Amino acid sequence: MTVGSAVPAAGPARDAAVDVYGELVFVRRFLEKVHALYRQGHVHGPAHVGIGQEAIAVGVARALRPEDRSIGTYRGHAHALARGAPPDAVLRELLGREGGICAGKGGSMHITSVEYGYFGSYAIVGAHLPIACGLALADQLRSAGRVTVCFFGDGTTNIGAFHEAVNLAAVWGLPVVFVCENNGYMEYTPIGDMTPVPRPAADRAGAYGLRPITVDGNDVRAVRDVTGEAVEAARAGQGPAMIEARTYRMTGHSCADPGKYQPPDEVERWAERDPLLVHRAVLVDAGVPAELVDEIDSDTRTEVDELAADILAAAPITGDNALTDMWSDGGARWRN
Amino acid sequence: MAELTYRQAVAVALAQEMARDERVVLLGEDIGSGGVFKTLTGLTERFGATRVRDTPISEQAIAGAAMGAAMAGLRPVAEIMFSDFYATCWDQVANEIAKTRYMTGGQVSLPVVIRGASGSGGLGFGSQHSQAVENWAMCVPGLKIVSPATPSDMVGLLAAAVRDDDPVLVFEHKALYSMKEEFPVEDGTDHVVPLGHARVVRPGQDVTLVGLGFSVGLCQRAAERIDQEGVHAEVLDLRCLVPLDAQRVLDSVRRTGRAVIVEENPGQLGWAAAIGSIVAEEAFDALTAPPVRVSGANVPLPVATALEAAVNPSVDDIVTAVRRVLDPAPRTLCRPGVLNPSIP
Ligand SMILES: Cc1ncc(C[n+]2csc(CCOP(=O)(O)OP(=O)(O)O)c2C)c(N)n1
Ligand SMILES: [Mg+2]
Repeated sequence: MTVGSAVPAAGPARDAAVDVYGELVFVRRFLEKVHALYRQGHVHGPAHVGIGQEAIAVGVARALRPEDRSIGTYRGHAHALARGAPPDAVLRELLGREGGICAGKGGSMHITSVEYGYFGSYAIVGAHLPIACGLALADQLRSAGRVTVCFFGDGTTNIGAFHEAVNLAAVWGLPVVFVCENNGYMEYTPIGDMTPVPRPAADRAGAYGLRPITVDGNDVRAVRDVTGEAVEAARAGQGPAMIEARTYRMTGHSCADPGKYQPPDEVERWAERDPLLVHRAVLVDAGVPAELVDEIDSDTRTEVDELAADILAAAPITGDNALTDMWSDGGARWRN
Repeated sequence: MAELTYRQAVAVALAQEMARDERVVLLGEDIGSGGVFKTLTGLTERFGATRVRDTPISEQAIAGAAMGAAMAGLRPVAEIMFSDFYATCWDQVANEIAKTRYMTGGQVSLPVVIRGASGSGGLGFGSQHSQAVENWAMCVPGLKIVSPATPSDMVGLLAAAVRDDDPVLVFEHKALYSMKEEFPVEDGTDHVVPLGHARVVRPGQDVTLVGLGFSVGLCQRAAERIDQEGVHAEVLDLRCLVPLDAQRVLDSVRRTGRAVIVEENPGQLGWAAAIGSIVAEEAFDALTAPPVRVSGANVPLPVATALEAAVNPSVDDIVTAVRRVLDPAPRTLCRPGVLNPSIP
């Protein structure tokens, strides 16, 4: 597969590219809405959005089959939505309304949609890489032909769990594809200050016998194509892969962080490489009318605005489920 | 009937469960050759290296992979070789395995068992290979905690842990591995002891001695000793800290009016405090003396025989505690350091 090949002027490939644009825009508007709602005090607890990084979640999801699994971090709204998790239930979770996807118990940092193959958002840096290995192990033992994709950040490459997990995946040849979203920063510190190699994930891959794979994380088609190759190799029993996708987060670490440490010229440079702009240019090159693209933009904005307004109008959850679902019997009793 | 050791009982339980359910897989360091405590002897030969999987020395990867595999439908049994090593993967155990079912609103089940050797028992393994850490786990809602005291209970409780749909930590006391018991090894029926049911080791009416794992045997020996003085102790084996059979303890204490709770972990924050407070709050009217704990001393575990003996709870300590609760003068109970003279 050639990365970033031109989209033909008509036909299903062009339609698919338009769909991808729709997804990118939806995720962007959704994340912007979360950011705004947070700023207005409607989100209880911390929230992390990946504005600027959407092409990775969307591109990877396009390379997966419905039965494949993915797993990610507290910055995981995009990843859940990209797999098909219902935006309504995700936003209800963020706003503490009835019908939240985790029943109000997970909140922003733990969005999970097992139904759509998204096995959770984990808020301890690195913790989910070993868990991804376990998902993949189960599929390997059953020859299920399923692949697990594990998203994580550049900063995560410095915690022990990363190294334990990548080593385990490599020695067991697990069907897992690690996708590092290198957005340039851990929380407030540039990753370059904390990593002795320029590419935090790719330059470590060799230590575990993996080929370093890098991709422009702001090019949704490149992400899809590169991931697709790795996923199909894993599905065919060729073992794990390590992909480092270079990207940038256009806002602070969390919605509470104004990101003052991000130099304005750096932000500006990355704004020119905004994943929505990159893909929009592809569509326009393929002859998609600009009006159609604009329509997608404005329709999506209205859709997300209405979604949020509806949910905000509902009453907050009552809290009567605080003591449910700790155990498999549905309860939380520890003694008789 | 044949003689079964506590050590062999681990393999008997796992073989029983692996034969019954092919989703059961074992993960751990050096387990393929039977494990460093020889608790898994014969399992690779019978079930193959795919289901008895050797892992790198990566406790986070072991615990995390067990969790992921459970979410994807397997029933993994992971070994943490020495329970002290939980400290290296406590994130996986306390933050991920214990919480993910709740945190996701019940979207996933986590039928994970983590098992391994724990405790001191005077074997000289030192500060980093001897701790009884059931109390660490008891601080974390979402974990079931099992600690068998006999070979047959090892079979039955470990089997129940494997069948449980929730995470269960099984603490095997390393000083019990050579303990023997008559057990119907190959009679064809599965032996399963449901979690959450304490066992009456010995009935009695004067005082209730509550133990777990290794301390059950200490309680039994103390009970035999005071029996000669005409004091009849009831000995309870809790078997599980979670789910806790609090009713069995309360029923017993309501009859005896006295409770001595014996834990191996340091007393400064041990599980016996939780049992003691339940007794005090819920059976206060029946008590003729405050509930009393016999605990490990609040220092790291030393190695030399005499030092290790000095910090571990002993039969003597239990007998002393029983004498104290039989003497209702509360002054003597409140003085720190009296019950275990070695507590600094
Ligand atoms: C074990 C652990 N240490 C520290 C933190 C606090 N923390 C949360 S996010 C974060 C930065 C992670 O950076 P990176 O992996 O690059 O992901 P990004 O936030 O950029 O997506 C830190 C240090 C944490 N959640 N877990
Ligand atoms: Mg980062």
